[in-house]
Parts: sequence; C-alpha cells; structure tokens
Amino acid sequence: MADASDRVDTSWALLFACWLLVTAASLGSLFFSEVMELPPCTLCWYQRIFMFPLPIVLFMGLFPFDAKAVRYALPLAVGGLAVAAYHMLLHVGVIPESISPCSQGISCKTKYLDLLGFISIPLLSLLAFSTVVALLLVLRKKLSR
Amino acid sequence: MKKNHLVILGAVGLLLVFAVGGYFYKQQRSEKTQKMAKQAESPLSRSYAQTLGPDDAKVVIVEFFDPGCETCRMFAQPVKDLLEAYPGKVRLVKRYAPFHHGADKVVQILEAARLQGNYWETLQLLFDGQHRWADHHSPNPDMVWQLVASLGLDMERLRRDANDPKILAIVQQDIADAQALGVHKTPGFFVNGKTMSSFGLEQLQALVADEVSAQY
Repeated sequence: MADASDRVDTSWALLFACWLLVTAASLGSLFFSEVMELPPCTLCWYQRIFMFPLPIVLFMGLFPFDAKAVRYALPLAVGGLAVAAYHMLLHVGVIPESISPCSQGISCKTKYLDLLGFISIPLLSLLAFSTVVALLLVLRKKLSR
Repeated sequence: MKKNHLVILGAVGLLLVFAVGGYFYKQQRSEKTQKMAKQAESPLSRSYAQTLGPDDAKVVIVEFFDPGCETCRMFAQPVKDLLEAYPGKVRLVKRYAPFHHGADKVVQILEAARLQGNYWETLQLLFDGQHRWADHHSPNPDMVWQLVASLGLDMERLRRDANDPKILAIVQQDIADAQALGVHKTPGFFVNGKTMSSFGLEQLQALVADEVSAQY
C-alpha cells in the first residue's frame, strides 16, 4: 500500500505533531490530577476544557487528512492560550489574586510543581497552547497557499 | 513509515510513559511515606497527635480527618473496631485535615476539649450532631459551642484554650502535613505509611490485615 494518501507530507506531519503535543499535554494534565492527585483550580479547568477536545478533533483530521481540522482546532487552542496567559500572569503576581475567579476552593496561585526553580504547571500549559497555536498557524498558512 | 503506524506508535508511546510514570511515582511516594512512618517525628508521625491503642503496637493507622466530613463520621466506628479485632497490635493516630470551610475552628474546640481529657467524647458528640452543625458543608462553630455545653466541661477554659497559640500551631502543622503527604480528600489513611490502592472500608480492613500478618 503506497498510494498517495499513505505518504507522509509536510502538512500531515505538522498536524500529526500538533496531535502528539496535545495528546501529551492532555495525558500530562491527567497525570497531575489522577496520579499525583493535585486538585485542579478553576483556571486549570478552563484550560482543560479547551485542551481535552483537541486530541480528538486533530485525530479526526489525520485520517483521512482534512484541512478543516485546523479551522476547528484553532479556536480551541487560542481560547486555551488566553486562559493560560491569564493564569500565568496571576501565577507570577502581575495580576493580584483578589480579581481572579477562584478566591474560594483551590487557589490558582498555589504552586504545586517547581522543576528547576521555574517550571510550573501554568507555564507548561502556556508552552503547550502557544506551541500548538503556532504550529496550527503555520499549517493554515501552508494550506492556504 | 505509514501514517497509521506513526499514530499508533505515538499513542502507545504516550500511554506507556503515562502508565510507567504513574507506577514509579506511586512506588516512590509509598517508599517515602513508609520511611516517614518509621521516624519519631515526620509529617506522618507527630508526637502531639491524639492516639488510641498501645504505644508498642506495630501496626499504626494514621487517619487525617475533618469533623465536618460525613465519610469520616461513617469510618469512625469501623476503624475503632479494627483495634478490637487485633488487640494490642494496632494503634490509631488522629490527625486533622479540616478542608470544610470553618472546620478548623471546630478542630480547635476538639483540641481544647482534649486538654480536659474529653477528646473521644467530644469527637463522638461532633459526629453525632454533624447533620446539625455541618449542614450543607458549611460548619457553624456557634452551634458547636452549644453542642459541647452538654459535656459538662469548664466552658470558660475551653473558650480560652480553643484560641491558644499551641493549639493553632497543631492545626496548622496538620494542615501542612496533609498537604505534604498529598492528602486532598478525607478521610486519608496511612497504615504503617502505606495507602490503599483504592478508597473503601474493605480495602482499609484488608490493608490492616496484611500489615498485622506481616508484623506479627
């Protein structure tokens, strides 16, 4: 089987990279909550709402390759990026917590993870969302040509 | 490589990392808490904590609880029954994880009652009256004061002790220890530092039985 649809081209590879990234991010998020039993704060939940559909949407776009997947995935990724950016600003103290939506329950400022002194869960989320947005934008540009 | 092979490889690879990572994480955490259980002072063993059962018992159940938590109330008697089931072999250590809003105030009253030698009676009273003072997950400390008035304690001293810095320090230390040990739900049990694989009374009974046969 070596027909055209089976060959890996750059567009498919880009979409595949996005899928791999969001799947890893979703599983990572589940690892924090289900294995490490860290309760997700409100802002984490909003980011999860944007992240969790992405592996499914992108997977559907891989078989067969469907350029429309970019159109459906991009709003989710941008939404997640916006919440992640807000969470990061809150986390580093640019925005005071009093105006955050999570004054009750688990504080969105609680620092659970601290790898190498600066890697926190909001940072990981921000990196994941910004990378996937960037990849999807590159793919969109490539496909529109 | 074919596209579907790539995706299958990616999915299996990621799931494998998740499963193996999870296994090692739990293993490592269990080893850490088991080591803590053997130390005289650690987040898992605090000499100030209220205990039940002989000091030389080789099986120690550490329970993190919230007096406002319904499941904690339901576990109270079955856990005491475990001490009776293995006489002289099991000790219970009561620690606090007052997650309900305002429950820390109730814990302070309980610790103050303990200073008058009335810990277990007060705890029983709190659990019995839980549906009244902790209705809808918002404990009402004022109602707790009315409740404990029936115990015949020195109320003036109780009110003074409840805000004693020593008692506040105990509550703060327990909350910090619960966080350090990853106790996010109550009741949280450790049997010689080991946790249940899944939550349930039967699982707890099985864990205690295993530890008793391993230690004796």
